[in-house]
Amino acid sequence: MGAIEHIQDHGLLRFLTCGSVDDGKSTLIGRLLFDTKTILVDTLNAIERTSKKRGMDAVDLSLLTDGLQAEREQGITIDVAYRYFSTGTRKYIIADAPGHEQYTRNMVTAASTANLAIILIDARKGVLTQTRRHSYLANLVGIPHLLVAINKMDLVDYDQATYEKIKADYLAFAKQLGINDVRFIPLSALNGDMIVDRGERLDWYDGPTLLDILEEVPCAHTDRDERFRFPVQFVCRPHDSANPELHDYRGFMGRVSSGVIAKGDTITVLPSGATSTVKDIQLYGESLAEAHADQSVTLLLEDEVDISRGDMIVKSDAQAQVTKQIDAMLCWLSETPLDKARKYVVRHTSRESKAILSGIDYRLDINSLEQQPADKLAVNDIAKVSIKLAQPLAIDPYTENRATGAFIVIDESTNNTVGAGMILQGRD
Amino acid sequence: MTIMSKTLSHLDWLEAEAIHIMREVAGQCSNPALLFSGGKDSICLLRLAEKAFRPGKFPFPLVHIDTGHNYKEVTDFRDKRAAELGERLIVRSVEDSMKKGTVVLKSPLEPRNKHQSVTLLETIAEFEFDACIGGARRDEEKARAKERIFSFRDEFGQWDPKNQRPELWDLYNARAFKGENIRAFPISNWTELDVWQYIEREGLELPSIYFAHERQVIRKNGLIQPITDVTPLKDGEVAETMVVRFRTVGDITCTAPVESGASTIRHIIEETAATTVTERGQTRLDDQTSDASMEQRKKEGYF
Repeated sequence: MGAIEHIQDHGLLRFLTCGSVDDGKSTLIGRLLFDTKTILVDTLNAIERTSKKRGMDAVDLSLLTDGLQAEREQGITIDVAYRYFSTGTRKYIIADAPGHEQYTRNMVTAASTANLAIILIDARKGVLTQTRRHSYLANLVGIPHLLVAINKMDLVDYDQATYEKIKADYLAFAKQLGINDVRFIPLSALNGDMIVDRGERLDWYDGPTLLDILEEVPCAHTDRDERFRFPVQFVCRPHDSANPELHDYRGFMGRVSSGVIAKGDTITVLPSGATSTVKDIQLYGESLAEAHADQSVTLLLEDEVDISRGDMIVKSDAQAQVTKQIDAMLCWLSETPLDKARKYVVRHTSRESKAILSGIDYRLDINSLEQQPADKLAVNDIAKVSIKLAQPLAIDPYTENRATGAFIVIDESTNNTVGAGMILQGRD
Repeated sequence: MTIMSKTLSHLDWLEAEAIHIMREVAGQCSNPALLFSGGKDSICLLRLAEKAFRPGKFPFPLVHIDTGHNYKEVTDFRDKRAAELGERLIVRSVEDSMKKGTVVLKSPLEPRNKHQSVTLLETIAEFEFDACIGGARRDEEKARAKERIFSFRDEFGQWDPKNQRPELWDLYNARAFKGENIRAFPISNWTELDVWQYIEREGLELPSIYFAHERQVIRKNGLIQPITDVTPLKDGEVAETMVVRFRTVGDITCTAPVESGASTIRHIIEETAATTVTERGQTRLDDQTSDASMEQRKKEGYF
């Protein structure tokens, strides 16, 4: 692999691995890093030493993702870790989410930025409660591509019937969840079969390897025809007395959340409703004909419109709903339970508003997926709630647009992030 | 269905993310600073800040915590770059803290890297900074791999790895009470190779010691140690002249060069892509002490 070809690339793919304690998640990541030659000698030496210290014969690749001192002491992963590797064509960011029951919040955190999820199943155990939980969460957080990896095939003699049975079981419950786009792959992370190399023991499987799938998946955050959304982060007014040209400069700085904008497009500012036309799109002195999703740019408008941080610029013919009341799925992240009587802060795009979580419609039992009545929410709970806002937000349903459908809840008494929300709909 | 979102190249994506993070710091914090050492990672931060805020001024000053043991080529470059940009540079030195008595050295030539934390916290207090933008990357070290992009520090500057704020989507929470501090890392998701590729693409200038040059060194514990005023030869040691470059620059006493003839960025990129040893493993004399030494320093307020 020529090192320099890294520059001509097919972008960057963020993916998530989810699995429970013993189904080989860390080994899978270790194997991906090892087989793509990402692990360097001194790191390998360090994990060799640790493996020996713990009395193991072979190098334990799972130690690669064992980050913090507390984790090494307890022998478990307690927080999301990010790993990086690159092939000749693509750069990857892996979010490694711990699989323990009490860490639903970590999985939601890792899933929020991922474009693909690898759901690991131990071939000996088949579809478990946690498989259902991980799949539900991956679907809830709107990960576009699901890949079910049936691991430890070496421990079931690489038996095709076992693989097909698990696949059928999974498809049956995925249907209940409304998951349609899902792929399957048999593998042995321990032996490296079907990860980067095909190995010799899975001849009956004629699909692509894990890495081939990762290389082909579209890495744009969505392939939907999304509407243009531009939350304003910062207003640039240079006031440079030495340069009269900049005297009237007002640049609206932000990152295109979704869609495309071009010079000459008619825009509306939300929530005010003011309209104008795009005069220029700039990036570091360069003028762009258009800007699309994920690009950080500066917009200049034809008219002098009052716009500040927290406002959203949209195309006039594809507006977002402006509302002060929303229904949402909420994941509670804090050890301190949700208190319906208190006021919280909701942060949505670049805007903040005080909020009252006025009603809990139901709490979802994440294992049975049953809807239960609830009066408060504890850490790792997921619920359907209705929220009243002091300030209007410009929203889209989360299933249509992750960027304008997502919000976090902040507790002002601690400044902690205590909730993660996905908007179902706004109410007028 | 039309596919509207074009795919950005990986460098364009990383750049756009970093610009977004910087603008969030500027939008959410009232008095931030950008930590600029003259090293390659913070040199990238300056270009990203230009892309985030020009034609305006940076909404923060540049700050360097000087250990007093930095290569002159690097501090000269630091001053020159700040002047070219027309941005305010604040330099505070570990030696100021030594004079004040808040840093006490056990021996005059001991590494001062860990003492930087004291001076950094004093500088944060002096200017009442509520956020510091730094050039740390998650690929550098295991503890960093788990750190948030917006990392909260209490009034003692401590990082509590077990009690981090959840960080979801691109919704960053930079809230802090007076005396507390947010460290924001715009290039968290970059690797060493990404940094070099970005430097090449943007045509960024670097201090000369990043490129191959002759230097008096000795080999010790598998590392190459430069011979300088603060790291003199000990009795019986014999120096040799070697062609080296620095992969990372920092305090002289704890940064080792690597043997290399690479005299251009292109050449360095080729070496970086082909290397078999991590950046810290090859060059940081202070991370080898214990498996958890970076985590320990961060808990004590290191950035």
